[in-house]
Amino acid sequence: MTGTRPDPSKLYHRKMPATWWLQKQSYFLFMLRELSSVFIAIFLLVYLYQIYQLTQGPEAYVAFTQKLASPGWLLFHLVALAFALYHTITWFQSSAVVLPVRLGEHLVPRQIVTALHIGAWVVVSLGILILFLALKN
Amino acid sequence: MAEPTITLNVTRYRPGQDQAPTTQAYAVPYKEDWVVLDALNHVKDQIDGTLSYRWSCRMGVCGSCGMMVNGTPKLTCAAFLRDYYPQEIRVEPLVNFPIIRDLVIDMTDFMEKLKSVKPWIIRKEEKPVSEGEYLQTPAELEAFHQFTQCINCMLCYAACPVYGLELKFLGPAAIALGYRYNMDSRDQGKDEREIIGNHDGIWDCTFVGECSVVCPKHVDPAAAIQRSKVDVTKNWFQSILMPWGQR
Amino acid sequence: MTTEKTTEPLWWGLFSAGGVVAAFLVPVHIILVGFALPLGWITDTGTLYRYGWVKAYLFVLIVLPLYHWAHRFYFALNDMGLKPMNKTLAILCYGGAVIGTVVTAWILLKV
Repeated sequence: MTGTRPDPSKLYHRKMPATWWLQKQSYFLFMLRELSSVFIAIFLLVYLYQIYQLTQGPEAYVAFTQKLASPGWLLFHLVALAFALYHTITWFQSSAVVLPVRLGEHLVPRQIVTALHIGAWVVVSLGILILFLALKN
Repeated sequence: MAEPTITLNVTRYRPGQDQAPTTQAYAVPYKEDWVVLDALNHVKDQIDGTLSYRWSCRMGVCGSCGMMVNGTPKLTCAAFLRDYYPQEIRVEPLVNFPIIRDLVIDMTDFMEKLKSVKPWIIRKEEKPVSEGEYLQTPAELEAFHQFTQCINCMLCYAACPVYGLELKFLGPAAIALGYRYNMDSRDQGKDEREIIGNHDGIWDCTFVGECSVVCPKHVDPAAAIQRSKVDVTKNWFQSILMPWGQR
Repeated sequence: MTTEKTTEPLWWGLFSAGGVVAAFLVPVHIILVGFALPLGWITDTGTLYRYGWVKAYLFVLIVLPLYHWAHRFYFALNDMGLKPMNKTLAILCYGGAVIGTVVTAWILLKV
């Protein structure tokens, strides 16, 4: 079935502004979520650099650890932690959407799947902490 | 006492006459049970018959009356005046589509994309009618039922910034439609819907998720897209790591 | 759905794996590296990093989220309007992750 197509020369095309993600809260939160990956990557490189100090002698490792106590570094890690937590929560929310969980006949509600992820994350985090305390020195 | 009114600021665009769209304000009666579509119909019937817009069922099943209401893609038959009153309401044509006239947009691209995912049951071998109908359990139906509810209203395309930036993107409704057939136990045509797994298919999507937020029928196209990514990725790794065991 | 023509599933797979690692493991490590050790809540001289299995864990912890960053940042830059610079951005992002992989392996082997 063919109808008349609109005259392309008279169509008005609106261009999407490059600042689209600043114009709506949901879009802005989306962009923050994406940028959380930057802070996570930078932190991991800082961690790697700290580990690298061990190849320069034990004093180098301790010295760099002390450097991380400066207000600038503390602020960075605070910001990085906030972004990392935002990634964690949004990742678990996304996981519930991407991988639906079936219990017999019924679909487990997404909030419960997310909550279970968070519970597992708490357990894993505590496990890492305990492992670190056990292995250090 | 004068009847309360509410002001609609409506996009006007006359092809061949106007260089660019303008905004025209209309004061319509404010009625508690009216939706934006009622207000537009009042404008057309009583104030300005030159205003053009699409609408049909006025009850949220035809998908015709999608427009931007205060910057959010909505079915105007589902946007109640009382949720905005006494503030003014901005009514614009759905973004990311070219404007034909006033509030009417060109949906050619959308229609082409729907067709491109081959939205019909594809069989490797047709079953003869004498063998009866294809049987489906409730669980098999549940696997794709949600994705059959799309009314082609295009709100998801208006909400999607990826589509706004890249018009070649297949888009939420088309991918959800393809997913609906891929998940239908009667269908055997997944390999023919390769457009979904190509560039400008699922891989353009960055899971903003706004498509599912605005969908009036709770189709959840974002879920369809992400699940398709998992599916395609699994198949890809299988074909790389175990090329002998195809399907 | 055949996708021989595109390697996108590889990068998306790495992005997903990195996202899982980052989601579960990164917060606690930020607390350890960024606060607990510098502020003296815990003292440590770094000897635990000599264990082979700790190195293996660290390799996963550091490298996979780099691919998560590469993929996500590449698409974020696209979404912010830098699509014309696509090829350059791809090399910088994914190439950066690959370099990060090599550097991480080299450092962990040296420790």
